[in-house]
Amino acid sequence: MHFTSFQEGDKLTIALTGEIDHHCAKAYIQVIAAKIETYMPEICVLDFRDVTFVDSSGIAVVINALRSMSQIEGKLLLTGISPQPMRVFRASGLDKLVEIREAVS
Amino acid sequence: MKFGNYMILEFPSKSCNEAFARSAVACFAAQMDPTLEELGDIRTAVSEAVTNCIVHAYPDKLGTITLRCRILKDNVLDIVIKDKGVGIPDVEQARRPSFTTGGAERSGMGFTIMESFMTSLEITSAEGRGTSVHMRRKLQRRQ
Repeated sequence: MHFTSFQEGDKLTIALTGEIDHHCAKAYIQVIAAKIETYMPEICVLDFRDVTFVDSSGIAVVINALRSMSQIEGKLLLTGISPQPMRVFRASGLDKLVEIREAVS
Repeated sequence: MKFGNYMILEFPSKSCNEAFARSAVACFAAQMDPTLEELGDIRTAVSEAVTNCIVHAYPDKLGTITLRCRILKDNVLDIVIKDKGVGIPDVEQARRPSFTTGGAERSGMGFTIMESFMTSLEITSAEGRGTSVHMRRKLQRRQ
């Protein structure tokens, strides 16, 4: 697990990698919260293109990021979602709470 | 014949075994020639069940998790994940979406995901004795 992030104007992009499960969810939650708190972006993009697996712990990661962004009245956007994470996000109704852009195959 | 083939795994309730368990089941299921979507669904459901054992069954100690996979006729994968932990006092309540006794890194969607990704899901639990999650997934035969 490692993170790369970059800022363009008011937009902060955080690229996530690997498999997001309960084992590493806490670390993802903490790193994302810290980055949002530091950069205070208007838009935060979580880039999932290098995420190969997500279970319900991934939903908690997104919900926590959503909470951090609502606190600063910003917007959260998920991009590059591949089919497996998309099925998890759809089954949980997360796609109704957050704007999600699927990976282009 | 793949029919009748089975495997049994036993491992401690360490969170690093979540990835191990779902990968092991995916490797076993590979002989059934699943689609990528079916394999993804099975990995996800196993991950949820094993995570529940780690977070809820053994909240403050390590315990043993047993995982059994069998191939039934008509290309059905049968999975049982068992623990000898604290048990679930109210299974119906636990199955409800967004109900969780876990922390901020849990979403309460575990059983909902198992239910929607598998063909059947059965939970048997006794307080103080443990829980058994029995799920089945019928795989499509590819032409």
